[in-house]
Order: sequence, then structure tokens, then C-alpha cells
Amino acid sequence: MKTLFSKPSDVFVVLPDGSRRSLRDYLLPSAVLMLAALLLMISIFLPYWSMTMQAPQYPKGLTVKVYVNHLQGDVREIDALNHYLGMPPLDEGGRLERSISVVAIVVMGLLVMAAVFVGNQWAGVLALPSLFFPLIFLGDLWLILYRYGHSIDPQSPLGSAIQPFTPPLFGEGRVGQFSTVARPELGLFLALAAVVVVLIGLWLHRAAYKPILEARKKVALTKSGISEA
Amino acid sequence: MKRLFIFLLAITTLLTACGRGAPATPVGQGLPEEAAAVAAERGLTPDDIYAALKTYMPSGQTDPYIMLASGGQSGQVLVIGVPSMRILKVIAVFTPESWQGYGFGGSSMEVLAQGDVNGNQLRWGDTHHPAFSETAGEYDGGFAFINDKANARLAVIDLRDFETKQIVKNPNSINDHGGTFVTPNTEYVVEGPQYAAPIGWEYASLDDYQEQYRGLVTFWAFDRFTGRVDPAKSFQIELPPYWQDLCDAGKGVSEGWVFCNSFNTEMATGGLELGNPPFEAGTAKNDTDYLHIIDWRKAEATFKAGKAEEINGIAVIRLQTAIEEGILYFTPEPKSPHGADVTPGGEYIVVGGKLDPHVTVYSFEKIKNAIAAGGLSTDAYGVPVIPLDQSMEAQVELGLGPLHTVYDDKGYAYTSLFLDSAVARWTLGGPYADKHPEEPWTLVQKLPVHYNIGHIAAAEGDTASPDGQYVVALNKWSIDRFANVGPLLPQNFQLVDISKTGDQMKVIYDMPIGMAEPHYAQIIKADKLKPFEVYPEVGWNPDTMSVDPNAITTEEQARVERNGNTVEIWMTVVRSHYKPERIEVKQGDHVIWHLTSLEQTRDATHGFALSGYNINLSLEPGETQTVEFDATMSGTYTYYCTEFCSALHLEMLGYFLVQPE
Repeated sequence: MKTLFSKPSDVFVVLPDGSRRSLRDYLLPSAVLMLAALLLMISIFLPYWSMTMQAPQYPKGLTVKVYVNHLQGDVREIDALNHYLGMPPLDEGGRLERSISVVAIVVMGLLVMAAVFVGNQWAGVLALPSLFFPLIFLGDLWLILYRYGHSIDPQSPLGSAIQPFTPPLFGEGRVGQFSTVARPELGLFLALAAVVVVLIGLWLHRAAYKPILEARKKVALTKSGISEA
Repeated sequence: MKRLFIFLLAITTLLTACGRGAPATPVGQGLPEEAAAVAAERGLTPDDIYAALKTYMPSGQTDPYIMLASGGQSGQVLVIGVPSMRILKVIAVFTPESWQGYGFGGSSMEVLAQGDVNGNQLRWGDTHHPAFSETAGEYDGGFAFINDKANARLAVIDLRDFETKQIVKNPNSINDHGGTFVTPNTEYVVEGPQYAAPIGWEYASLDDYQEQYRGLVTFWAFDRFTGRVDPAKSFQIELPPYWQDLCDAGKGVSEGWVFCNSFNTEMATGGLELGNPPFEAGTAKNDTDYLHIIDWRKAEATFKAGKAEEINGIAVIRLQTAIEEGILYFTPEPKSPHGADVTPGGEYIVVGGKLDPHVTVYSFEKIKNAIAAGGLSTDAYGVPVIPLDQSMEAQVELGLGPLHTVYDDKGYAYTSLFLDSAVARWTLGGPYADKHPEEPWTLVQKLPVHYNIGHIAAAEGDTASPDGQYVVALNKWSIDRFANVGPLLPQNFQLVDISKTGDQMKVIYDMPIGMAEPHYAQIIKADKLKPFEVYPEVGWNPDTMSVDPNAITTEEQARVERNGNTVEIWMTVVRSHYKPERIEVKQGDHVIWHLTSLEQTRDATHGFALSGYNINLSLEPGETQTVEFDATMSGTYTYYCTEFCSALHLEMLGYFLVQPE
């Protein structure tokens, strides 16, 4: 690695105008974008968001961890409790999203990888979905939470006594004897890190490929100048 | 004489009162102010404070040991935390028990029915000696066994859920006592006999006692995989009618052998009303009875070689065969003895004298040598008898009424002294002599207990590696230890601290048992037990330890189906509703009712009580049970949850409507 990056003295990229650039200038954005894609893919296996509920009779608390494609934790028990309030089962929210999320994230990652092989501004367009992804995730989650708190079944034991509400996306809340804490988890942090890494990658990508485009333009200009002459 | 007695009593009372009122050492020194004030106010002695600190269990902390105690004539087994001495659970075994829904519908009906005698429902038991399953002579926490002395039955408790899974009726004995004891790897659960009777509950006149009456020791083969005793792989050995009493399996150097004491080699048959000596005198006439020495590996080989006779569906090795094959030997033991307790390494067998102030210690090595040397004389039935001087290692004088012996990790033995109401600590010799500072085979301390101690239990006390720390005295009488609750008194379990050497044993807790007269108990390290927190899957059948074919896992599957006169119900149970909530049948319908708890949360137990039909279940999280009955009575019945499962527990009910014919 060290020799590849620090001493590429005898290997060059020759631009159309004959100027030379270090090979590293091209390897680096590729590697960074690949890393971003990798971070996204890894996040599939990690929880994005969690909610912990504490009450006296649950000394260990109740936790639900939200992955992009499934829910984990005390889902059964939280559902059992929610039925008193007339809230729908946790599993009912975001079914479509969970069913397509893995494919969507893999595609996003592949698009970021594809950007490596595109030597112009389209690279940025390919990376665009991955940049918006965390925002979309959080927006969707908020919508799901809103729907949970606003689909209260009036036929349930406590349904008529509950005002519609939206459980907090982050931070503390309270339902009955339960205090709840919602927080982002490692998967979401990886997706956010992927955004930063993609941005760095794109900046490096632009720094590497813009000179090629400019050199090409310059050569074209020179050629046309010669032919005119 | 009477006056002297009253005078002595007065003096004693006075001294005791002074002792408590003005303790020698100032109480509460070094204690926090509040605690010192409590100690002063209650008049606690330093010993009391030590005892309190040793046994108090702060909320949320759990005991390092779990004791499984027989529940005596309650037919149950008690689960007790040590050293806090709190009852954690009462396991229903031979007697219906409604909290666990045991005997009020569901699979427990079949378990109880397994113990019936010729179709006669037996719905109680006299549990005596619980035994943990063992691996390499150590409790392994997998299973527990208990006998019913009254009817010669044995039960298997699965320690994954602490529930009784099987009751086995001994087909040839009508009572037992020397059980249950397990061989070091739980190959067999030993059920020793008690009062001799003709084999297979046949009639025979007491005039033919010596010819017709017999003892029977049973080796029940236990299959760890199925968690059940397999009678087809089990066998019995016919014994002379000597009233074999308590048995213990050899381990370590004596692995492969079983030892049982006996107490009626006189073959007394009673008849006080006929002018004969009563049993209590007739059985105590001889100076010695016989310790039975049984080579069970040889017996197993004999059984497998087909040299046993099948009687009532079980293989019986006849007495003559047992003698010829070298399975059975005797050696004398004084006098009307009790207990036969093998030392941790298996080197010695200790027998309590009961009517003799000694314990007699037998050396297994000497026994083996005597058997190898041969030339032994025989008893009336032809069983070879090893003379006492060829089998005995030592006799230790302990006091009056020595019964049972347990062991610790410091080379001490602890023997219950019934008549002296005391626990005797004494030293072992041989390989144990280096573990304690005292001379081998000597009495070290006699600790008064209250009162009439029967059995005694020690932490891991009859494993290959006892823990020391605690001994529990299982006292038969409590007399003045507790508030008066009428003429039927609780028994008294007294916890004894044995952590210090020498004469420093102390009683540190009195635990009333107000529900039965326990006999033996075993104490296991709590971390060896790994029970379920909830059943592993929704729809679990605790009887088969697998998912029940009639389990349903969602409320959508709940339904009622009619097939002719049979109504079959698949019901879900979850906080705080049953589904369906209305069941309508016609009078005379046969009802099959499958209930599945959808819960997976610890302690979210539901009940199912059906009024009028004597049905009550406990449905633990994930459990499936099936109840079957005929709707013989018309009317409007309710079923409801008997566990306070939630704030809406009272609302958890349904209607069972039976239309008249």
C-alpha cells in the first residue's frame, strides 16, 4: 500500500495534453467511493434505530431494534401491551420498505461503485440516492411512527382514552407507566458516514477527472486551431 | 421427683432468661447506630446478629444453593433457597395441586393416572427421599426423582420446568422406603423396599412370612434423552424379608455397588393383640441386623443374560440367582440401624445405630477383600455374611439415636442424633484424616437442634465433592419454636453454619414447614440449575418437551369445529383475553379444548378455570394444554383467568354455554 501511494514515481497517468498526473489521484477517489459503498452494504446487517421502554415490572426494559429489513427484540411483548391502547402491531408499519430495502441499498451501493468507472459529472448523479438515503429513512420512519400513533383502534380497551400522538423519532417520551427512549443506532451512523465519504469521494473524483476533461478541451481547441491555420 | 423436676425447670428458665437479658458481650458494638438500637430493643445476642447477617437475602439477590426437600405426606416436593430458607416453589407430584393446575385437566391427568393401582385412583403420596440426577457422582441439575413410600411409586421431575413428568408404579411392591437414590451416572434410580410382602401384592398368610414374604430392590433404568424411566430396561432383585430401609449407591472406588441397611432380620410379624411382641419390640430383639451389599453391575449383567424372571411385566432376579451370581452379600450392623451413607470418595459406608450410640463405618476395601477370600458362612436364606470384624473400619460413639450421615469438604461427617436432638460433627479417617485438625474417627461437636432431628442434608452433601458451608437439620418436632397455631405443629428446618472447623457449628435459622413432614432433602449449587425462563416456543407441550401438534400461534387460527357430538376448540390465551370468548355446545357433547398461551414474557402466566367442571389449568408463557371432558351439565358457565395477569385481568373471561338436550 505504502509503495503504491507514496512512490508511484515510474507510473503515471498521461493526460490528453501530455501532462502527467500521479496514479494516486485516480486510485484514491475510486477507493473512497468503494469504501462508501461498503459502509452502506454493512449497514444492512446493523440496527438503524431503537426504542427502549422502561417500567417497574420490566427490570431489563423492553427494546425494539429496527433494521432496514426486520425488527428485533421484544416485539411480541410490545405488541401485547400496545393492543391495550389499540395501536397496530409493530410489524404492520413499513412492510413495503422492509421488503425492498436490501435490494435498494445494494443498488445504491452498486451505483456508487459504478461512479468509479464514470469519468464525468454523471458520477455525482449515480451517487445521489446514497446521499439522500438517510434522510429518506428518517422521513419514512417518522411517517410510520405518526401512523402508529394516529391509527388507534377505538374498540381497544383504552382506545377511547388515548389522544392521537406521534412517538418521538429521537429522545424521550412517556406512555402510561413506560418511559421510552428512541435513538439512532450504528446502521444509521454508517449510512450517514457513507454520505460524508461519498461527498469526499466525489470531491476527489472531480479533482482527478476535471483536469482530463479540461485537457481534452484544450487539445481539441489546439487541434482546431491548427486545422484552421 | 416431680418437685425436683419443676425446680430444675425453674432454674433453667431463669438462667435462660438471664442469658438473654444480659448477654456477656455488649450487643451491637460496631454496628450502625440504627442497627445497634434494633439489636438492643430486641435483646439480640451477638450470635443472633451473626445468624441474621448470614441468612438475610437482600431483595433481588438469590440464594447460592437450592434445596429440594421431600414434602412428606403432602405428596409434593419443596424447593427452598439456602441460606435464606425461603420456599420458592412447591412441586406437585403425587397429589393434585390447583395452582399448577396439576390434576385438574391437561397432561397432568395422565401423569397422575400412571400411578394408579389396578384402576384405583391414588391421589396422595408419602414422599421421602428426593434425588438429583448425577453425572460422575455430581449433581448435574437435569432431573430429580422422588419416591412414594405409601404405594411404592417413583416420580420423575424435569428440572427444565420443575414439573412432574412421570409416575411409575412398582408392579411388585406395595410400599418402599430406600428410594430414590441414583447410581453415579444416573444409569439407575434405586428404589429400595420397606415392609416385606408377597411379590406382586398377592395374598399370603403371615404364618408363611418366612417362605412367602420378600423384600425387593428395584433398579429403574433412566433414559436421559426421553427424560423417562423405562420399565422394560429395569430390573428387581428379590431379597429376604428383612425390611430393607435406606440405600445409597457406591461411588468412586465403590462404584457399581449399592448398600442398604435393614432392621427386621428377626422377621417379626407383630400381633400385639394375640399376645405376640409388638413390631416395635419384635424387630429390635437382635443385636445386629444386616447391611445389604449389592453388586449392581453383576445384577445388570445377570438381567441382560436373561437370568431374570418376568413378574408383572418387570424382570426379577430371584434370591437364589442373586446368591449364585455373587450379587448379594450381608454384613452385621448394630442395632435396628438406620441409613447407609457412602463417603464422597466411596471408601466407607456409614450406618447409624439408631438404638446403638455408635455409627459403624464399613470399609469397602475390606468388604471386597472378604468377598474375594470367600469361605463365608451364610444366613438362613443362603446369603453370604461377612463377619463384622472383616468389614468394619471403625465405630464412633456419637450419642443416642444416630440416623443419617452427610459429609463436607473438610473431612467431617455430620450425623443426626434423633434421641439426643443434636447434630454430631465427627472426623473421618483414611484419606480424609489430613483435611481436619482432629484425630480421625472422633466426635468433635454435638450441636443441639430443636427437636427430634430425622434426616440431615448438606450442601452437595452426598456428591463426590461436598461443598461444606451449610447443613440443614430436618427436625420432626418444633414444640416451642414458633407461635402456637393449634395442635398440629409445623416441622422445623434448622440451618446450621458449618463453615468453621472444630466445635464452631451454629444454628442460624429456623424455618417452619407448615404443610407436611419432610423426610430427606438434597442441596444443589444454584448455578447448576438452568431452567427455562419461558417455554422455548409458543405452543410448547411440557409433557413431550416439544411443540404440540394442536398448538396455534396466532389469534387468527383460533376456532371451534364440530364433528358429530364432538366439539373441538383451538383457543389462544394472551393478556387479557381468550379467543374465542364464547363457546356454545349441546348437553352431552364431548369437548376437546386446546389452549395455547401466546405469551413469551417472563411471569406472564395465565390460568384457565372452568366453573362447575372441576377444570383449572396453569398456562405458563408459551404453554399448550388440552382438556377433554363431556358437557354433562347444561347451563351457563364461565371460564376465567386465575392468575392476576394484567390490569384487565378481571375482564379476561369467556362464556361456556351448554344448551339442554
